[in-house]
Amino acid sequence: MADDQALHLHCSVPVRSATVQLAHGGGGRLMQELIRDVFVRAFDNPMLAQLHDGAVFPVEQGALAFTTDSYVVSPLFFPGGDIGSLAVHGTINDLAMCGAMPLYLSAGFILEEGLSMETLRNVVDSMAKAAKEAGVRVVTGDTKVVDRGKGDGIFINTAGVGVMPPGIRIGPQEVKAGDAILLSGDLGSHGLAVMSVREGLRFTGEIESDSAPLHRVVRDLLECGVPVHCLRDLTRGGLASALNELAVGANAGMTIEEPLIPVRESVRGACELLGLDPLYVANEGRFIAFVQESHEDEALAAMRRHKVAHQAVRIGTVTEDCPSIVVLRTVLGTHRILDLLSGEQLPRIC
Amino acid sequence: MKYVDEYRDRTLAATLADRITQMVRRPWTIMEVCGGQTHAIVRFGLDALLPPNLTLVHGPGCPVCVTPIGLIDQALQLASLPRVIFCSFGDMLRVPGSQGDLFGVKAAGGDVRIVYSPLDALELARANPDREVVCFAVGFETTAPAYAMAAIQARRLGLTNFSLLAAHVLVPPAMEAILSAPGCLVQGFLAAGHVCTVMGYEEYEDLARRYRVPIVVTGFEPIDILEGIAMLVRQLEEGRAVVENQYARSVRREGNVAAQAAVREVFEPTLRAWRGIGDIPQSGLRLTPAYAGFDAAVRFRDALAQAGSVGAEDPDCRSGLVLQGLLKPPDCPAFATRCTPERPLGAPMVSSEGACAAYYRYRRGAGHGARGERQSA
Ligand code: SF4
Repeated sequence: MADDQALHLHCSVPVRSATVQLAHGGGGRLMQELIRDVFVRAFDNPMLAQLHDGAVFPVEQGALAFTTDSYVVSPLFFPGGDIGSLAVHGTINDLAMCGAMPLYLSAGFILEEGLSMETLRNVVDSMAKAAKEAGVRVVTGDTKVVDRGKGDGIFINTAGVGVMPPGIRIGPQEVKAGDAILLSGDLGSHGLAVMSVREGLRFTGEIESDSAPLHRVVRDLLECGVPVHCLRDLTRGGLASALNELAVGANAGMTIEEPLIPVRESVRGACELLGLDPLYVANEGRFIAFVQESHEDEALAAMRRHKVAHQAVRIGTVTEDCPSIVVLRTVLGTHRILDLLSGEQLPRIC
Repeated sequence: MKYVDEYRDRTLAATLADRITQMVRRPWTIMEVCGGQTHAIVRFGLDALLPPNLTLVHGPGCPVCVTPIGLIDQALQLASLPRVIFCSFGDMLRVPGSQGDLFGVKAAGGDVRIVYSPLDALELARANPDREVVCFAVGFETTAPAYAMAAIQARRLGLTNFSLLAAHVLVPPAMEAILSAPGCLVQGFLAAGHVCTVMGYEEYEDLARRYRVPIVVTGFEPIDILEGIAMLVRQLEEGRAVVENQYARSVRREGNVAAQAAVREVFEPTLRAWRGIGDIPQSGLRLTPAYAGFDAAVRFRDALAQAGSVGAEDPDCRSGLVLQGLLKPPDCPAFATRCTPERPLGAPMVSSEGACAAYYRYRRGAGHGARGERQSA
């Protein structure tokens, strides 16, 4: 009886539907079709094509890095990127910040019933393109469909594995007093780009997301022989939050020079208008590196060879005094604390 | 936005600070009225550049901070109604009413939305004819014209599902209240440039005359503020008490007449309670009878009457003293102990322009700039 109903349900659903339907997550023929026509086609590689429960791949000797992250951005498409490329870049960058070269990703999709198939294809194609450009493969995945109203179009989880070059020791505990703090580029574009579409704001001058993979610049930084003590990408909470986390993790103080921090004119203007501080706004293609001060110049040169980091600059120093506290030297030469925010930044009133 | 840099010039700031230091011969206490200026002073460490016998106290100029708890409670009630889309600026969402905040209402299923302009709320009303869109009209004279325009536009469009919860406050009556309070420390005011852009500064001339207090209309960038302070100190040292305009690039004596007319069409002055301070006559705006249809307090009278407001402030919060310049935030016993931005006891710890929040964010663990070393360029 129940089987009859299920059969009936499948038959009544158009095979090439224009929207995601609950049955696309049901494990039946429609789901197989979705996996074949959308995911396997886009991510196209022999490991995924086996449609096995997991991917099997050879590993080198040494250490692997492994990470996972979920992406829930609204809107799905924004200037300079979309949830798909973001899900690939984000996980690549998490691996890169460990010092690892990313190899394989998984992709888990939670789709909302009624999502247009075209949107899904666009997102998945964008993921595939981002993965290809970065030289990583999406080798396994998962799909679930939830009732209309129970999701936000698409949620994506990506996990990734990467190999660690031998002899790498990167982490907050490696940060030392005297380290130079390098920033790879200008701040705030991603957060403002997303906000501009979400809130329907029209900013003068296009602001595009900085979303980009960072593993190649990190690889060159590690290979040029610079003692790199710590790396951190500047996602949610921006530069200020990352610095604070590391100051606490390393039990070190930090002094940052506000005038040296690059912020694009259009981003700064939009932030002024909204009462946001660019130091707290999210980025998806920026990172900070803590390197031994004597190697600052080589490190900056290695970073600047890459388009994603061509603006790399030194913004500050790790200090012995005031452990766990980040001090900002303002444009006027006065000092103040650069603190964590208590919640999200909210646009101010007037 | 190119213009920002020249008002953050380090050499110019040092020169101005030196000029102020040379001018100050006696101790003076001056108040910046506006929360945006408080924020800039603490964010850029301006007070660290000033001589120790010049004391800056922070005024009531954060509209989020002074919105009375009864109005916040009304906002919470309206936002909880099933058919209502409640629109507010972001800052208001964290301000505690007597039972929770707007974020809490949103988490419980209320349709609370952050808007950037009252016209966004008007758009929402047009797009959702089957819903009631209520807009929390909070702010000083600066934002009142935009709300007035929204109401005028709503009437023109014949919208019947749009209303304002009027909570605007006016600056000059608050300055007068501070000046006439016993124990007032303030000897000169930096008046808020943005407010004067709209309202002009004629009404300040009467205040300056009657209380013999110098007032300098001042902008928001660090150089503006230092210039404003220099002008104020000069008047104090010379024994003058007039209104001067530092912010001439934006402010004219008569203000923006068209904006004033829009405000006069929609709003009228009324007695308003200021959170922490108390009632100040003629210091708030309410909708005129002609616009009663767009007044949320009228439209939802029954729903609001049912719930009522407890109106209880936390007894430990000294925000009234802070807002009148009688207490510096770090001197409040609850500062950074019982009261933090995560668990605020009072509104000044919540708003991005609140004095307590500014000190918490930039000054905690003094020594890092509370009176940092003075730098010459
Ligand atoms: S620190 Fe907190 S308790 Fe004290 S006055 Fe400010 S808001 Fe009120």
